Amino acid sequence: MVNDRQLEVLINDVYEYHGFDFGGYSRASLKRRVDRLIQLDGFPDFTVFLSRVRSDAAYFKHMVEEITVNVTEMFRDPHFYKVLREEILPILATKPFIRFWHAGCATGEEVYSMAILLKEANLLHKSLLYATDINPLVLDTAKKGIFQLRMIKSYSENYMASGGKNDFSQYYTANYGLAKFSEDLSEKMVFSLHNLVSDGSFNEFDIILCRNVLIYFDKDLQERALQLFDDSLSKLGYLALGTKETIKFSSMQDRYEQIHKEKIWKKIK
Amino acid sequence: MEENKIGFKVVIIGGSAGSLEVLMKVLPRLTPISKFAVVFVLHRKSAEDSTLEELIAMKTVIPVKQVEDKTPLLPGFIYVAPSDYHLLFETHHQLSLDTSEKINYSRPSIDVSFESAAEVYGPQLTGILLSGANSDGTNGLKVIKQQGGTVVIQDPATAEMPYMPRTALENVTPDFVLGVEDLLQFINNIK
Repeated sequence: MVNDRQLEVLINDVYEYHGFDFGGYSRASLKRRVDRLIQLDGFPDFTVFLSRVRSDAAYFKHMVEEITVNVTEMFRDPHFYKVLREEILPILATKPFIRFWHAGCATGEEVYSMAILLKEANLLHKSLLYATDINPLVLDTAKKGIFQLRMIKSYSENYMASGGKNDFSQYYTANYGLAKFSEDLSEKMVFSLHNLVSDGSFNEFDIILCRNVLIYFDKDLQERALQLFDDSLSKLGYLALGTKETIKFSSMQDRYEQIHKEKIWKKIK
Repeated sequence: MEENKIGFKVVIIGGSAGSLEVLMKVLPRLTPISKFAVVFVLHRKSAEDSTLEELIAMKTVIPVKQVEDKTPLLPGFIYVAPSDYHLLFETHHQLSLDTSEKINYSRPSIDVSFESAAEVYGPQLTGILLSGANSDGTNGLKVIKQQGGTVVIQDPATAEMPYMPRTALENVTPDFVLGVEDLLQFINNIK
């Protein structure tokens, strides 16, 4: 296992050689990801791994793809989607045009979940879903909208628990163990690379969803990302975080109002 | 901060099928813990509710803290790993969460928490592994041992599902193998 000092050397060298800053990442999780990568790629020790990361740009790219956590699912936490469906979307529906930002979208399952909600609320035609991640590989998957068929049973259960009333199978076609989601859903999606550590605001949104991304950041970087979201939200816009994430200790807290006990906040000032 | 340098002990109790029954016997007779923190990492259904936290809180006088991302870890409290997240330990007594791949078909995984805590707390950590039908926990106990911590395994003869403690016993030399009653005394005697 890598020790604390080695991890700091890696963070430092990655910044120096590639300009990529992992300095604000939570150490406990980052350490596990590095250990996993060293093991997966069969490096005999940390030194060999480090020299490869420094000297091989293609390997560094692979490292970034593997180190970031890309686990996601459709309608994760069905109750959250139920609240979106029943309370948030009806308010957003009064707007002529609705802009969404899924920050840290990974392979896009949550973006497709949102598109399904919007389609069912008859709002998809006037919505635009921006979906960003730092990992180009997962964005390619997200653009295709092709997910593992073995996951569909649990997605379908989540969908129903979120208040979905249709036959979930109408949204995809199954083939060779894969489920390809309908292009009707993806035509309002825009995928692009964006790094919450170093990139700025690029548009104004009515709702920003960033669920289970901030858990990988330390407090300072969380504050930076929250500031970026604040800069990118329209007044009365919504910010949605993961079930165990909060804005409670951030400086923007008093400008936001929490929706019940959900991890959804409304920008009131 | 100066307080961060003051170490305290951490006890992590890991378990799967059959472990809740053990806890229901032990929890009501636990005396207050002012000098250390107890963390439960139990395999649980991936729903977002807090039934397990409420159940544990009902059975003990020790206050149960809700775990969110970057929750500070303090002596005197019980913490429960939330469903569908791995629970990790940062330096400076902070908990963090992770949704990466399941380990041993489990999230939270006991191995993940044992390993992460062992690196931060070393000899100050005690890992207790209870009943279960899965091999989660064994690798974590090995790391706790390597880092100088204390390894406690439930006596498989007293476990409803002996597979988990038995697998651990076959791979790690424990400091203690305890039945339910002795486990209670063990925790109450931690200073």
